[in-house]
Amino acid sequence: MIRIAAGIMAAVVAVAGFADSGEKRAGRVAMPVIKIERGENCVAPVEEMRRNHMTMLTHQRDRTMRQGLRETRFSLKNCIDCHASRETGSVLGKDGFCSSCHAYTSVKMDCFECHTPLREGGAAGAPR
Amino acid sequence: MSPDRRRFLGWGAAAAAGVALAPALRLIELAQARSPEEAASALQRWGLLIDTAKCTDCEVCVTACHEENGVTGHGRPATDAQWIRKVSLRDRRTGYAQTLPLMCQHCEHPPCVDVCPTGASFRRADGIVLVDKHTCIGCRYCVMACPYGARSFIHEDVSGQKPDVPRGKGTVESCTLCVHRVDRGETPACVTACNRDGGKAMVFGDLNDSGAEIYRRLRSQPSTQVRADLALNTGVRYQGL
Repeated sequence: MIRIAAGIMAAVVAVAGFADSGEKRAGRVAMPVIKIERGENCVAPVEEMRRNHMTMLTHQRDRTMRQGLRETRFSLKNCIDCHASRETGSVLGKDGFCSSCHAYTSVKMDCFECHTPLREGGAAGAPR
Repeated sequence: MSPDRRRFLGWGAAAAAGVALAPALRLIELAQARSPEEAASALQRWGLLIDTAKCTDCEVCVTACHEENGVTGHGRPATDAQWIRKVSLRDRRTGYAQTLPLMCQHCEHPPCVDVCPTGASFRRADGIVLVDKHTCIGCRYCVMACPYGARSFIHEDVSGQKPDVPRGKGTVESCTLCVHRVDRGETPACVTACNRDGGKAMVFGDLNDSGAEIYRRLRSQPSTQVRADLALNTGVRYQGL
């Protein structure tokens, strides 16, 4: 009996703690800003892109690097061309397309250690 | 000759001409740029021919290369990246002086590929030797293995890269034969610049294409490989050396 009561107590405490930390987290971490600058149609549906964009990029990266296949569909350059901010011309920065989600989910990406986060032609005032 | 026989011979001649022309047409097709959906093929082998007699005392090729590839230094020659450099040679006895550009020689049997522990250093099917910076761990074995001193290590953070030429700290890099331009059907930046502003000393082309200028010149004129004794079968050849 004591054991069951202890179990219930522990469960209640855990749930309360979880809810509490959830509230705190919502207060602390800003929701990602997803501003799509150009093009209504991405190369795949939004749900698929959110879940699998990293796989697409890795796959295309190896094809381009090793075999010289420069298909534009899943190329990082193509992503940046559409998704770079109109003001900064970049996918990084405070509300950057890549950086805001990655900051929210706390996933480090190292693409831009080497690749430029800037769209070719720089910041464009108007959508191209 | 009966009309039937004449017609038959006519067809025969047409067929023979077709058979003779088909390979030529195929070669013309090969000389065109690949489509982005077509992989680099071993039918081609990209190379350079550099005529040292025409190479003047300018640095046009070096400037053009570093501009095209976004290779910037920090004013520290000992550690700054160098994809191509001008080398001056002088005969000690006669005083005869020469100058020539030296870069990755795009060997058929590249020592840098042999020593790479991760497979980052590799040779593409069309003969271009590259570093896959996604797998490069920056060990610099290839820097030591290359007999031409063609490779550089990036010691410091890089910014302002060109979209076609990613560069980053902790990886090794070298001349890519302007692979992004070659894939578009253009010639490397050094060759374009040399032919425009320099001594017109450089020719780029497919060493396997009998219609290419580089093929004809290598076939009909003497040329040398730097350190031919190593039997690396370099893609970059020199004349007048």
